Amino acid sequence: MTKFGPDPIFRYIGKKRRAKEDPRFVMGRGRFAADIWLPGMKHVALVASPHPSARIVSIDASAALALPGVHYALTGEEYCDACDALMIGVDAPKVERYALARGVVRYVGEWVVAVVADTRAIAEDAAELVEVVYEPTPHVIDPEVAIKDDSPLVHPAHGSNVILHKHFNWGPVDDTFARAEHTLAMRVRWGRSSTVPIETFGAVAQWDPGQELLDVWASVQMPKFPDQLARALRLPGNAVRVHYDVDVGGSYGVKRGIKHTTLVGYLAKRLGMPIRLVEDRLENMRGGDMHGPDRIFDMNVAFDGNGTLRGLKIRAIDDVGAYAGRSPFQLGKPVTAICGPYRIGAIEYEPIAVLTNKTPEEAVRGFGQSPTNFALERTLDCVARYLEIDPIEIRRRNLIRKDEFPYKIPSGSTYDSGDYHTVVDKTLAAADYPALVAQRDAARRAGKLAGIGISTCLEPNGGNSGFEPLLNPKNDTTTWMDSCLVRVDLNAAITGVMGTSSSGQGHETLVSTVIGEVLERDPETIRVVRADSLQALPSNSPVGSRMAIMLGGAAAGAARKIREALIDIAAHNLRCSIEQVEYRDGNCSVRGQPDKRLTWEQLVGIAHRTIHKMPSGMEPGLQAKFVWDVPTGGALPSPDNTIQIYPCYSFEAHLVYVEIDPDTAAPEIRKYVCGHDCGVMISPDIVHGMTYGGIAHGIGAALYEKFSYTADGQLQSGTLMDYLIPTAMEVPPIAIVDHCTPSPLTTFGQKGSGEAGYLGGPAAVGNAINDALAPLGARMDETPMTHDALWHTIHNARSPEAK
Amino acid sequence: MTEKRHAISVEVNGLRRTDEVPARLSLVDWLRDRQRLTGTHIGCEHGTCGACSVMLDGEAVRSCLMFAVQADGHRVKTVEGLCNADGTLGVLQDSFCETHAMQCGYCTPGMLIAAQALLDTVPDPTEAQIRDAIGGNLCRCTGYQQIVDAIKLAARKMGSGPNFEPT
Repeated sequence: MTKFGPDPIFRYIGKKRRAKEDPRFVMGRGRFAADIWLPGMKHVALVASPHPSARIVSIDASAALALPGVHYALTGEEYCDACDALMIGVDAPKVERYALARGVVRYVGEWVVAVVADTRAIAEDAAELVEVVYEPTPHVIDPEVAIKDDSPLVHPAHGSNVILHKHFNWGPVDDTFARAEHTLAMRVRWGRSSTVPIETFGAVAQWDPGQELLDVWASVQMPKFPDQLARALRLPGNAVRVHYDVDVGGSYGVKRGIKHTTLVGYLAKRLGMPIRLVEDRLENMRGGDMHGPDRIFDMNVAFDGNGTLRGLKIRAIDDVGAYAGRSPFQLGKPVTAICGPYRIGAIEYEPIAVLTNKTPEEAVRGFGQSPTNFALERTLDCVARYLEIDPIEIRRRNLIRKDEFPYKIPSGSTYDSGDYHTVVDKTLAAADYPALVAQRDAARRAGKLAGIGISTCLEPNGGNSGFEPLLNPKNDTTTWMDSCLVRVDLNAAITGVMGTSSSGQGHETLVSTVIGEVLERDPETIRVVRADSLQALPSNSPVGSRMAIMLGGAAAGAARKIREALIDIAAHNLRCSIEQVEYRDGNCSVRGQPDKRLTWEQLVGIAHRTIHKMPSGMEPGLQAKFVWDVPTGGALPSPDNTIQIYPCYSFEAHLVYVEIDPDTAAPEIRKYVCGHDCGVMISPDIVHGMTYGGIAHGIGAALYEKFSYTADGQLQSGTLMDYLIPTAMEVPPIAIVDHCTPSPLTTFGQKGSGEAGYLGGPAAVGNAINDALAPLGARMDETPMTHDALWHTIHNARSPEAK
Repeated sequence: MTEKRHAISVEVNGLRRTDEVPARLSLVDWLRDRQRLTGTHIGCEHGTCGACSVMLDGEAVRSCLMFAVQADGHRVKTVEGLCNADGTLGVLQDSFCETHAMQCGYCTPGMLIAAQALLDTVPDPTEAQIRDAIGGNLCRCTGYQQIVDAIKLAARKMGSGPNFEPT
């Protein structure tokens, strides 16, 4: 694919333009899963396990079924016989997962019975009448207990609670550590949180026995969703039609819902009625299977006296909960940026995914990168403190320099481009760093706890899945393509067709902007639609910050084919060579002879109506598809376990100033600046919006949000009153400073940005908190650093015993 | 269904709507399921997220915490009622589009209601007043920044009359 020149001037890309999606949302005319309302539709409520681990002795649904308006009570006995287990990414075939439990339950909230009724209210009434007798069995909540030999087993058939355990060595690790001037070991914990969209998961399914076709509307963001759905339901792939023209009310990774959708799909076919399941908040929080990474990092770092990093050892235990889909792969993506933006020559990485009796983990924004960045950035700050070097200076000394790109890291990925030092400088300038330091020091003199935190992090993007074969040799996936179809109708209007749903990323704006750029037509006039899964070209959904690169690249590729076809038609009719045709605004003329000209409408008309005026052999009509493989993709891991996983690497530098009330321990973020380089921005308002939102997620993960469990396995934060999402009062005004280092690998120099802000935010906030605690001699290396945890840390540091 | 039903009459977006509803039916379920006004969304059903905000007699309330029978005899305005009479976007809605004050659009109707309730009583709010007014509405996409910007923009436009040009 040819690129625009080294200093491209774009007509629409990078310009202020209203998002195409926004008007329908402000009118209240979005079309979300819960808005789908089919005639005769029935509603599902779920009976959930109250035990973290138990044998199901008996289920009696007779009282529920006797209630007027109740149609059915489905148990795991029936469901698991009729459907196949859901797909699992790692090599653990005995860890079987179905929509309903059969025989045993493995976490509090696991679905045991699905009750179907005329209304959701009746279904809930009936669910309360289902009598399930359980015999509690030993459970395990702590992942470090779960990996011991004498632990209760979550899946005895698997023989262990360890579902993934790898040991990677890239570079001369032992030698580096043996010869290091200094080493430092520390433990960092990332608490169990998630992105928790405001819309819970919803799915509606309808079976047409005449066509033998299952129609599905779901609030889904999941690669290969229709294929997995069909397989679980034992249907041919072409018997499942997923409608992607459903607005998804936030996802940030977690809206997978394959369990929910197979359940309603099965019920719709079994009962011959349209079936709807929309989670309530408690079902979502404990049974929706959307918790995020929950990690223990043992970090060991080797470095010189001047702060130069030499080697790194990371042991990461991730508590994936009671079942696994793709979640253990979240230990794999960080391999693609395992040393962050720093020059570190030798790295050891030991990822371990552990099953426990908790709600399963799902993919969360960044796919494991944010916790890894947090651990790395905390470690770097501790090295700086140990050596008494300024935390900004230690980063400057270790950041990869601009002239070193493309830069290959020990684990095999080559970073495409970057200018990290400049982004740091711009961030400090925007924050007026010397003034900020003065403000902090004055606050400290006034008796406050005040701290400045920095993080410098990478956002790997482009969404290739090279971590799959790296972590599971039986999986030889090497492509993760995306595609677009562009058509121009007889009336000369342009339509772009994409094949996936969106959850706020503005893909209709993206596609129309890119097509408009290539065809030189106003994006406002370009419509973008979403084909259903039987009509769509292949897509892997908006995961891994990939759509600006992949869908943008595919839309450009398809639009270029249209442009080339129009030029061919023009050359043929104007009797000149292709090279002599000048294409401008969609009209074509002979270069130097502006009167020899065919307009956009005339050219389109020829393509649709007058094949005798077309070059011979050219297909009539005017449409083009383009399927694009991920740049740099296509390879399996080398025998030394190195692999290029993601193609592009955006960079972010966060600078945060925090004050903590010394008496109440309440933290307040007083300043937040984020320097960001994601290459060429196609839609700046959209990129900035996602970055603000990612930072808000990061603040939540750092300070507030936790799925907390008691020792006896009960989830303590199943509502939004216990699981604290930051409001407009906790999220401060944020200043974003843009920088642009184009990617050499993509169509317009763009990189991805969907995970921006979240990947470096928690680290910067955590470092600021620690800078504030430093004068007390206290330190916190575990998220979330809640108000309560802060109070205890400060109180303990001040108690006489601590002196 | 054998539950006892109660007659209600509610003015919704300027039109009187009558129905017979079970006592336990929430106002949001009545609006969404029985009136098919699906612009009002459900996020938590325990009064925390604000997605279901509507105006009741001009004040922002959580329609998940009210029963439909409690709205009997009252005026309700939903997001669908924020457009101008000719169907074009109102100033606040237009400002949300101008600053891209949303991504997924799910919390947006509740945010618009909370913001409109503020602007109806405080035409020229400070940033602190804006953040306070939307402090009960959760958004997971935006970090609130472009929402705050939109409300400021709307206030300026409303205060400057119809000839306002954004700077």
